[in-house]
Formats: sequence, structure tokens, C-alpha cells
Amino acid sequence: MMPISVEQSVAIIAVTALCTILLRALPFLVFGGRKEVPKVVSDLGVLLPSSIMAVLVVYCLRNVNFAAARNFLPEFISCLVVVGLHLWKRNILLSIGLGTVCYMILVQAVFV
Amino acid sequence: MEARKNKRDYIGFAFRQSVPVMLGYIFLGIAFGLLLQNAGYDFVWAFCASLFIYAGSMQFVLVNLLTAGAGLLYTAVMTLFINGRHIFYGLSFVEKYKKMGKAYPYMVFSLTDETYSVLCGTKVPDGMEEKKVFFWISLLDQSYWVLGSVIGALAGSYITFDSTGIDFSMTALFVVIVVEQWQEQSSHFPAVIGAVSGILWLLLLGPDEFILPTLCTCVLILILARGRLLPHTEEGRG
Repeated sequence: MMPISVEQSVAIIAVTALCTILLRALPFLVFGGRKEVPKVVSDLGVLLPSSIMAVLVVYCLRNVNFAAARNFLPEFISCLVVVGLHLWKRNILLSIGLGTVCYMILVQAVFV
Repeated sequence: MEARKNKRDYIGFAFRQSVPVMLGYIFLGIAFGLLLQNAGYDFVWAFCASLFIYAGSMQFVLVNLLTAGAGLLYTAVMTLFINGRHIFYGLSFVEKYKKMGKAYPYMVFSLTDETYSVLCGTKVPDGMEEKKVFFWISLLDQSYWVLGSVIGALAGSYITFDSTGIDFSMTALFVVIVVEQWQEQSSHFPAVIGAVSGILWLLLLGPDEFILPTLCTCVLILILARGRLLPHTEEGRG
């Protein structure tokens, strides 16, 4: 059963879609007619993606806490598996796939 | 010039370039479809979300927004901050995409993290037009994402399967990208700033409020430090 009404769901999806399109179109709308992009903006284009990816990892792990082993060990172990596999094989599917399987086993069968 | 390549040549080449994205997108798309289905939305919703939004990490957050019945302003602000990085992908393709012709609006719409990285690494073969190669790679990438989402939502409604923990695939994707960026880049400062400010704001504000101040902090620090991080900055002036 849907947690909220159809209208509210459509509105949330539409706002998400429109904001995403706006963001992707913005540089083309602003700079599409110019020859050079301001230095501060192109510098952020180089530097910011690495910061944001690290922030998103923290975002995914935001509900981890150290009150009990099962509140952080599944995440901790699975992240190590992903990093280790990726450094070893450099195969995105393998790293994501096995890391996720590892996490699912840990939360479903080990740290119950 | 060689003889004109036909559509099959273009699709074949684009397919080979997009295989890594295919594997990732179908897997993550299934995870998204399953999550959305578990939240109470069937495959039509998964199809529409992946067709019109087409932003992997944001769509996982979308499931939380729907479940919580989030306000539209909050939804907009979350989207602007989580997908804010897309502005910077577009910035480096402004010149290139001007030549895209009829496909230009779609190319701008479909510029995801993964498509961006594949396009950056693609060497267009002799006799092929870059804009057609780019178009087919972009279109195939979104097809994988939509297909995966629908499979996930459909499988979720017919197969009884304990999917607890499948959302970790999003965490794993970001961890993989961090590892790749860490190895490619000489300065680890931006990644460290992201992690440290993220953890500090998380401890200070808690899990629901920390992401926006964290990203603002990153932007401010990087603007202040960019002169040292990018050695060619001074040369660019004047």
C-alpha cells in the first residue's frame, strides 16, 4: 500500500525530476553562449565531485551507531569487502554485487 | 573518410562502451525497483521515476521522501543538493554538446555520473560521428536503468524474497567511486574534506539535518583552497 496519496507521490516525483533537469541544464543555459567559464566555477568542477562522493558515503552510513556490534559491524565489514575487492579486481559489478550480498547475509543471518 | 557507418555499427560500438554501466545500472535499478515496490509503488511508478528523474542516488533518496511524505520544498532542496554535482559535469561538456543537434536536450537531460565518465573515456573510431556515438551510449545507459527498475519492481511483486539490506548497493556504488577517484587523483584533500565535514556535521546535527551544511562547508573550503590544490590556477588569469 502506498504510504501517501497518488497526487502527493506524483508531485514529489515531478519536483525531483524538474529540479534534476534544471541542474543538468543550468551550465548549458548559463554558459552555452559564452566562450570561457569563470575560473572559480571550473575549479569547483574539478574539486567538488570527490568531496561529494565522500559526503554521500557518510550519508549512506548516517544511521550507524556504536551502541551494539550489530549497529555498525555489518556496514563496517561490508565496506571493507567493497574496498578490498575493488582495489584487487577493479570490477564495479563484482565489488558492488559481492559487497551487497555480504551485507545482506550479515544483517539477515549473522547480526540478527 | 571511410564509408558511412550504419546504425547497427553505432549501436554495437556504443553497447561495448556501455557494458560496465549496463552491469551496474541493471543491478542498482533492480535494487531501486525492489525498494520502491516494498514502499508500496508498483512497476509503473518505477518506470516513470527512472524515465523522468534518471538519477541513481537521488531515486534511492526519493523512496525515503515518498515513505516520509516529504514536503515539496524539502524535496526540491534535497534534490538540488544531492544532484548539485551534475552542474559540474555539464560545465565540461558545454562546448561539445553545442554540436549535438536534435539530440542536444536529451544529452543534457541524460548526463548522469556514469554516462559522464563513459563519454569522457570514449575514443570515437574513424568514420564514426562523435555525436551519434555519444547519443547511443547515453540512450543505452538510460535503457539499462529503466529496465533494471522495472525488473526489480516486477520481481518484487511476484517473488517472495527477503531484500533486507539490498539498499547497501547504493553505499557500495559510492564507496567504489570514492576508491576510483582516490586512486586517480593526486590530491586527496577534497575527499578528506567531504568525509571529515560530513562526520563532524553528522555528530553535531544528527542524521536528518547534516547533509546541506556539509555540502556548503565543502564548497566554501574548496573555493578558499583551490589556489593551492590546482597549481595552474594562477596561469589562467589575465
